[in-house]
Amino acid sequence: MTIRVIQQGLATTVQDLGRPGYYHLGIPLSGAMDRFALRAANLLVGNDETAAALEAVFMGPTLEFTADAIVAVTGAEMIPKVDSEPRETWTSFSIKAGQVLSFEFLKTGARSYIAVSGGIDVPEVLGSRSTYTLGALGGFKGRALLAGDEVSVGDGSTNGAVGRSIPNNLRRGPGSPAELRMLPGLYWHRITERSGHSFFGDTWKVAPEADRIGYRFRGGQKLEFVDREQPFGAGSDPSNIVDGCYPYGSIQVPGGTEPIVLHRDAVSGGGYFMLGAVISADMDLIGQLQPHTLAKFVEVNMEEALTARRDRKELLQKMRTALD
Amino acid sequence: MKTRYSYGGDEHIFVEVDEEMSLEAFFKSLYMTNAVRDAEMTGVTEICPANASFQIKFDPDVIAPEDMLSKLQEIEQQAANADRTMETRIIEIPVYYQDPWTHETLMRFRERHQDPNVTDIEYAARINSYAGVDDFIEAHSASPWFVSMVGFVAGLPFMYQMVHRSKQIEVPKYLSPRTDTPKLTVGYGGCFSCIYSVRGAGGYQMFGVTPMPIYDPNQEISYLKDFMAFFKPGDIVKFVPISRETYDRNVAEVEAGTYVPRIFPVTFSLDEFEKDIDGYNRKLLEVLQ
Repeated sequence: MTIRVIQQGLATTVQDLGRPGYYHLGIPLSGAMDRFALRAANLLVGNDETAAALEAVFMGPTLEFTADAIVAVTGAEMIPKVDSEPRETWTSFSIKAGQVLSFEFLKTGARSYIAVSGGIDVPEVLGSRSTYTLGALGGFKGRALLAGDEVSVGDGSTNGAVGRSIPNNLRRGPGSPAELRMLPGLYWHRITERSGHSFFGDTWKVAPEADRIGYRFRGGQKLEFVDREQPFGAGSDPSNIVDGCYPYGSIQVPGGTEPIVLHRDAVSGGGYFMLGAVISADMDLIGQLQPHTLAKFVEVNMEEALTARRDRKELLQKMRTALD
Repeated sequence: MKTRYSYGGDEHIFVEVDEEMSLEAFFKSLYMTNAVRDAEMTGVTEICPANASFQIKFDPDVIAPEDMLSKLQEIEQQAANADRTMETRIIEIPVYYQDPWTHETLMRFRERHQDPNVTDIEYAARINSYAGVDDFIEAHSASPWFVSMVGFVAGLPFMYQMVHRSKQIEVPKYLSPRTDTPKLTVGYGGCFSCIYSVRGAGGYQMFGVTPMPIYDPNQEISYLKDFMAFFKPGDIVKFVPISRETYDRNVAEVEAGTYVPRIFPVTFSLDEFEKDIDGYNRKLLEVLQ
């Protein structure tokens, strides 16, 4: 069966859990920015949790179904409607051939995951169905969906029952201010002790330049650099380094002014120093931040990062158990 | 050279082989990343060599960060005795310098440039003390380049000029990045040349364009059918200045599927190279004659 795109939304892309193994060629992981929400949506409709779904940011698409299906919408609080009748988020519901799925305005969060029983069936490219828009790779023709597109859906498994729901305590959104835990490192030594304190002490605000490549933050004090003669090949600005690799979640601060946290479609490297990286457990959270959201960076050590990672896995396990 | 190890969050280890760029640092980085790949360590998910550093992405549920770190340090011990010779390939890249498309783009972003009254290549020639643009093009295209990193965006090569450090071209990046760069622009920033694989934002000075695509996600271009990205770290590049006429002919050949890049296998020895850079380059380039 296919889904016909009536309205495309702001940037609706096909995403799964991503495309590891090609970062050394500048091809990033891609995949759902909020992986927990993607897994949840898939499990609700009876898919394998790694199946491809649609990721809609800030504004939902309008989709016409050509066959019966089970659908679930997770992630952001953006109420789905079937032929104008509201449905609950984080809960599976049915949709009949000829019915139209649309969305109300976004309330909280930033990205919704729309899973359809059978999974979105675009060709796998380098082992994944995820869209990497900058490289025009994967997903639906390497781009976000456009009105008029016909998107294939895999053979619908009917394992998913309607009305299944993820318990409230397992749905996690960002607090206010959002707290992003980060492990200092990489080129942390480039800034002064005073700037180290202000970086963690200041409350930052998500800038409008926030997308799948990275999230920019504003409003904190400008960072001061430790004096040095710039190494050969690094470039003259004190925030420059000899171009190197950028970890996912790494926080670069060009010119010392606005931190940028790289996300799933990260540029793989470049010439800006990094303060460290947001821990893996908090990456999903970034995907749910709207522009203008207040955020703080919270310092953790490796042990705390690994504990947070375990907690996150346990949450996932609880979610699986809750749906069994 | 002092190797520095740092965690990048809980899933990456960043290894800075040296703070400054050199072929020696690049060779050590490439040696170590090859050794990690050959060791087929469980838990390693990405192995990314860069100019004078590299990055390993790993799954901390499979291998503890401190174990990953000590494995890399063991590999570094072996790197001290590494053979500084590699089997690689040399590739000729035609460049239409001072083309109309990068010219149109650089004119649009003049207010972001260090010297709005001249073009990028005129500026680069002047600050590197060349008599004029022709001499600068000669310097940019006469000696070979090492692909010392692939990345930023899909398939983009960073290239390091194989000349004595005193002769290396150095230019700053734009004061603030452009929001547009034509596809296949030959650019320059710091001590690196690059080729923009896709159209998009960029901060490097723009010198020209190549007619030869280096990234094709649809894998329709004849020489990109095996893999969509052309370059690998360790490739050696020789730029060849071409005219508008040749550029147009090459573009037509690419479209017709008849364009064949000039590629030859070569052996590169860093020790031999360092003994006599000019003489070694002359020998290296003989295969292209």
